[in-house]
Amino acid sequence: MNPAPLLDVPELKAQADRTRISILEMLAAAKSGHSAGPLGMAEILTVLYFNVMKHDPADPDWSERDVFFLSNGHTAPVLYATLAHSGYFPVEELLTLRQYGSRLQGHPERTALPGLENTSGPLGSGLSQAAGYAYALQHIDDELHRFTYVAMGDGELNEGNIWEAAMFAGKYKLGRLIGIVDRNYIQIDGLTEDVMPLDDLRAKWESFGWHVLEVDGHDVAGLMSAINQAKAVAQKPSVILAYTVPGKGVPFMEYDYRWHGKPPTPEQATQAVAGIRQGAGA
Amino acid sequence: MTEYPIQRSADGVAPVQEPMRAGFGRGLLEAGRRDERVVALCADLTESTMMHMFRDEFPKRFVEVGIAEQNLVTVASGMARAGKVPFTSSYAAFSPGRNWEQIKTTAALNDMPVKVVGSHTGVNVGPDGATHQMLEDIALMRVMPNMTVVAPADSIEAEKATLAIAASGSPAYLRLTRDATPVFTLPETPFELGRAYVLREGTDVTIAGTGTMTYELVVAADLLEQLGIDAEVVHVPTIKPLDEQTLLASARKTGLVVTAEEAQIAGGFGGAVAELLSAQLPTRLLRLGIDDRYGESGSPRELLEAFGLTGQHLAARIEAFARGALATAGAGSASA
Ligand SMILES: Cc1ncc(C[n+]2csc(CCOP(=O)(O)OP(=O)(O)O)c2C)c(N)n1
Ligand SMILES: [Mg+2]
Repeated sequence: MNPAPLLDVPELKAQADRTRISILEMLAAAKSGHSAGPLGMAEILTVLYFNVMKHDPADPDWSERDVFFLSNGHTAPVLYATLAHSGYFPVEELLTLRQYGSRLQGHPERTALPGLENTSGPLGSGLSQAAGYAYALQHIDDELHRFTYVAMGDGELNEGNIWEAAMFAGKYKLGRLIGIVDRNYIQIDGLTEDVMPLDDLRAKWESFGWHVLEVDGHDVAGLMSAINQAKAVAQKPSVILAYTVPGKGVPFMEYDYRWHGKPPTPEQATQAVAGIRQGAGA
Repeated sequence: MTEYPIQRSADGVAPVQEPMRAGFGRGLLEAGRRDERVVALCADLTESTMMHMFRDEFPKRFVEVGIAEQNLVTVASGMARAGKVPFTSSYAAFSPGRNWEQIKTTAALNDMPVKVVGSHTGVNVGPDGATHQMLEDIALMRVMPNMTVVAPADSIEAEKATLAIAASGSPAYLRLTRDATPVFTLPETPFELGRAYVLREGTDVTIAGTGTMTYELVVAADLLEQLGIDAEVVHVPTIKPLDEQTLLASARKTGLVVTAEEAQIAGGFGGAVAELLSAQLPTRLLRLGIDDRYGESGSPRELLEAFGLTGQHLAARIEAFARGALATAGAGSASA
């Protein structure tokens, strides 16, 4: 039973564009929120929810589902847009983002919206939650067919909590735990390598006992194959370093860390949406 | 009563609004100019917490630690041991929200003059929602021996409080807000750590506020006056150590106390006043603030209204409380 649609590569690309358009529209309506990270993660979330993961939008708590934890909670717009387009709730509701009374809180609150596995926003705790979930499946319940996914920001890897979880998952060989790092090289105060250098990131994860894959985070076929390889490694947790462009798809935002935490104006959003539509038509 | 000048335009509204964190930014720069031991550490929120003015003037005394709040305060503790006066800043949800034990052991118990500056407190944070709206910080920080806890009322007082904690020689927590709030104190308005101030004398009810709520109480006092209730407004910027004398004197005079804070009332400022009164001068008390729930997304004003914490809402709640208390006192059933 898996009513969530399975899309092929061209359809996944088109869906990532639709997700980006929703992100821009919801941020412009909200007048606050984060642009760069969510836009850069559109393909990652699209591949997970429209191809890789087993899940049922009509039954968010389906006991056979694969689960997704969002650790970098400020990227909520990309998760909300993905969930809405998957059928968890009406797409029109996206425009209530961050408003008083909305289920779409500024940072994801699990108890507010079906389809969310965790409450996040404060960085650094999602990998531990995912590791706890994966541990319970693998070592307590013997449910070896279910996979646990978690997305993290790269700046987020500054947090010690991440590396505590990395050590834990390595020790317990959580082979069905798959982390995806949004490696966009920006955080709030600037470029990650200026604020707090992270490279050599591959070597860091490997030394903690992880299987490491590297992929262009906008290449949907590449992402699918990386995730499939990660699934095939059963003896170790896997992490995919997904190289992304912050603000991807919006030329005036791309690569500029100042778009980390601000929304487009309605005019900028209209211009950006038109650009994405044009690119898709070309 | 100490002279406590405040500024309000003819319609009673504060003439300007400014975020408290701006006052902190100015105060930190001035503290750095006065004392070369002052250093600043930040966890990837340098401009959000307004440390950039200090960073630009004293690049050698500014340290970026990345998104690592536990490291932030513990590195600061080490620097303090080396003779520095470290200011650390982040959003309050993360510092002291995430690193409380490190603050306790390495700053407070270890008695190092580490200054923990938490911007983004209260529902004033707005659309970011509950995860980012720090409401538990007053309770968390005031239970720590050796800690000073200050919640300024506006940006001008935040600047003075920054200079005061820079010079205090002790660990301290400074509670700030993100969004602009009314600026109603003046450069010459007094501020001393550990002191509360009577802003308006009255006889019917003591209304004591901390942080952003003091201004709302000033507004409420005017409305209460129109309703025939003569409120005494007390501003309590230092929650620890608490100015017990000023609060007890006012409670003795009015026989009725209300507290207001943009924080959880359980264990917060209301909790501190409840402890004081119940031990030393049992008095009927109404605690206004956030009552055992989390915040949510919305504009700061929408949220203050939803939580009943604007001047108008406060006035209505205080009126109901005062009338109820007077009625029971009149009936002779309960003593005040
Ligand atoms: C514990 C914690 N500290 C600080 C913050 C404030 N903050 C939100 S996003 C962010 C930068 C995150 O960088 P990254 O994970 O690379 O996300 P990106 O900017 O690429 O979207 C910071 C410091 C937070 N949310 N949580
Ligand atoms: Mg990043």
